[in-house]
Amino acid sequence: MSVLALCLGAAVAVACVLWVARPFLADPEPVDDRLDEPDELERRRLALAEERDRALAALKELEFDHRTGTISDEDYRAEVGLLRRQAAGALRALDLRAAGRPERGRLDESVYDEADWATHSRPDHIEEGEER
Amino acid sequence: MPELGRAALVIALGLAVYGTIAGAYAASSRKRRLAESAQNALLAAFAATVVASAVLAAALVRNDFGFTYVADHTSRDLPLGYTLSAFWGGQEGSLLLWLLVLTGYASAAAAFGRRAGRDLVPWVVPILSGVCVFFAFLLVAVASPFATQPPPADGLGLNPSLQNPYMLIHPPLLYLGYVGLAVPWAFAMGALLARQSDERWIVATRRWTLSAWTFLGVGQLLGAHWAYEEVGWGGYYAWDPVENAALMPWLAATAFLHSVMIQEKRGMLRVWNMLLVVLAFCLSLFGTFLTRSGIVSSIHSFTQSSIGPWFVFAICVATAFSLALVLGRLPLLRTHTRLESLVSREATFLYNNLLLVALCLTVLWGVVFPIVSEAVRGEAVTVGPPYFNFFLRAFGLPLLLLMGIGPLIAWRRASLRALRRTFLVPLGAALAAGAVLLALGAGSSIPGVIGYTFAVFVLASISLEFVRGTQARRALGASSWLSAFGSLVARNRRRYGGYVVHAAIVLLAIGVVGSSAYQTVGERRLQPGETMRVGDYDLGYRSLVRRQGANATEVRALVDVRRGDRELGQIEAGKNSYPILGQQPQTTNEVAIRSDRLTGEDLFVIADQIDPGGAVYFKVLVKPLVNLIWLAGVVFVLGSLIALWPDAREQRRLAARLARVEATGARA
Repeated sequence: MSVLALCLGAAVAVACVLWVARPFLADPEPVDDRLDEPDELERRRLALAEERDRALAALKELEFDHRTGTISDEDYRAEVGLLRRQAAGALRALDLRAAGRPERGRLDESVYDEADWATHSRPDHIEEGEER
Repeated sequence: MPELGRAALVIALGLAVYGTIAGAYAASSRKRRLAESAQNALLAAFAATVVASAVLAAALVRNDFGFTYVADHTSRDLPLGYTLSAFWGGQEGSLLLWLLVLTGYASAAAAFGRRAGRDLVPWVVPILSGVCVFFAFLLVAVASPFATQPPPADGLGLNPSLQNPYMLIHPPLLYLGYVGLAVPWAFAMGALLARQSDERWIVATRRWTLSAWTFLGVGQLLGAHWAYEEVGWGGYYAWDPVENAALMPWLAATAFLHSVMIQEKRGMLRVWNMLLVVLAFCLSLFGTFLTRSGIVSSIHSFTQSSIGPWFVFAICVATAFSLALVLGRLPLLRTHTRLESLVSREATFLYNNLLLVALCLTVLWGVVFPIVSEAVRGEAVTVGPPYFNFFLRAFGLPLLLLMGIGPLIAWRRASLRALRRTFLVPLGAALAAGAVLLALGAGSSIPGVIGYTFAVFVLASISLEFVRGTQARRALGASSWLSAFGSLVARNRRRYGGYVVHAAIVLLAIGVVGSSAYQTVGERRLQPGETMRVGDYDLGYRSLVRRQGANATEVRALVDVRRGDRELGQIEAGKNSYPILGQQPQTTNEVAIRSDRLTGEDLFVIADQIDPGGAVYFKVLVKPLVNLIWLAGVVFVLGSLIALWPDAREQRRLAARLARVEATGARA
């Protein structure tokens, strides 16, 4: 083995070991060395957020497909009420949860804007209350 | 400096082993610093692999024949580009490329995947490190690219078939695709180990999957073009096991990309998606095994090696681990949503999935059948193109049709009235196209007419989606048609990028149907001065020339081409003879291809046999629309880029959804 190769190999090995040991060298006596993970409440919140996003995305897609003519008026009326109720239910549950844990803050305002658009927008030719 | 290369690989192996063991322990016992250390080990393994790769690349460039690998795959007269491509031209080098891409991907995925799953990444690290251990072990103990020997005067040279510009990019792209499929698999398994029931692993890997799928798709198309130009038999896809090796994971990944949308939109198919991501990754390992082990006879298999049993072991371990995990976590994957109607967009996605998986498994059966038959009956029975072509038609044509039906049907359910209205234009266009094709005499191939009719249906359906969507955007206040179109695509990049990819598949289908069902073939032995006619073309064999190329002796038959009254010029078809130190020279077919850019047709001339007296046995093919296959590649990349392009609205939505999980993880 050439001396140069030996030196370079040793340098690579030392650099790697230092890099791998870095978390221990940089923080030798941590206050908390525990990997945090979402608790059951947080998992539930995430599931609700996914449900909300899914319902809102479905509502937006339904509105757009209705505008493009992919969905007929009767299919639109059959779907829109259900999706709005799903979105509203998820939003309400998330809001209650956020209100009950003020230290975590309320939901991002953009979520309300989006929800407002999706749950209240209605194509011009569908009359108020018709979807019910 | 082979010692440095060997040392770097040993270091990479050690780091990968550490990442696997320490990472798994840290994830299970929730130790933060140890988890970070394991993740650092992954990055360090990448750095060590870069050092090893640099050593090999330097040895190749310097023609250092003291490296056995360099002597076996290059020679002094090999052009520099091909010398560098010898990095992946042999088994050891290509395994090193696998490890380089894998450690690079793994480091990046662990770093960028944190946002979608801080509790997930600690599990992803040991899983990806485990895959790294396998490849690093092979390179250290079984197939080292740093074996040495007393340097010979010259090397054996690169396989002549690999001396083609496409070989500079085709294998790396395939490897980027194969290896990329490890990332969604690792995140899926990590989610199961972390007992995550949400969809963060899908969010974290969406772009990884799409990128790997795109690389694999483009890599295959470039491979097809290489085969078309270089192998010289007149086709671009021969259902060869090594070609199928790349097709199978691509089909599985295609099914996954579609079904994962149902999970995102409806919360359904969670188990199915897990199984698909496992299938795609295991097939990518299987593909590498087929390519590199030489276990099946293939025109693309350039090696016979002893790594086969190791790969079989790795595939078995990966499959068993994945299936056991999915089975163990079945309660976590339970879904409460049901398919509401068999006539809905999610139902068409489901049919598409069943057909894609059926096609994938059919191809897999065709590939492994010779191995199974040899094991059972002691005789390897090869499955030929008729088997694959039959199932391609049986599953491919309905798949093509579904690409047109999907966009026309709403999510959840669709009434008859809506279907009548949305199907009217595409169906009318398809029936009219079918009638015109029959009137023009295309009925000589029934699958051909069906394929073209379906293609028109899909193109009409996609066009209608763009037109109606643009109209709707304009009605919503877009200032011009152009801005309406731009806003339509920008607001839903995955949907409209997907449609562009579908258009690429249609172009591919049209090209494949045209060049296979409607091709004209002519064969004849000609003396200088004689002519032959194939289709509309008249070919006059003028003379034979011999010349010395860069690293080969070239023999070319000069052929004048006419079409009707028009002179199209002269083309050259022939053979190259590559000298190999101490062995018989290797001969390759060098075909002549004349493309008509307007019609997409190729005139393909093979000088099949060249007599010393000057007579040449020509095989001539006229392949209509074949160039649409290559155009499809460009459209495919465009569609993938649209789908991959980051969407600020989507990012904000995800940020809002994951904000709390971030905050939780940030405390760590």
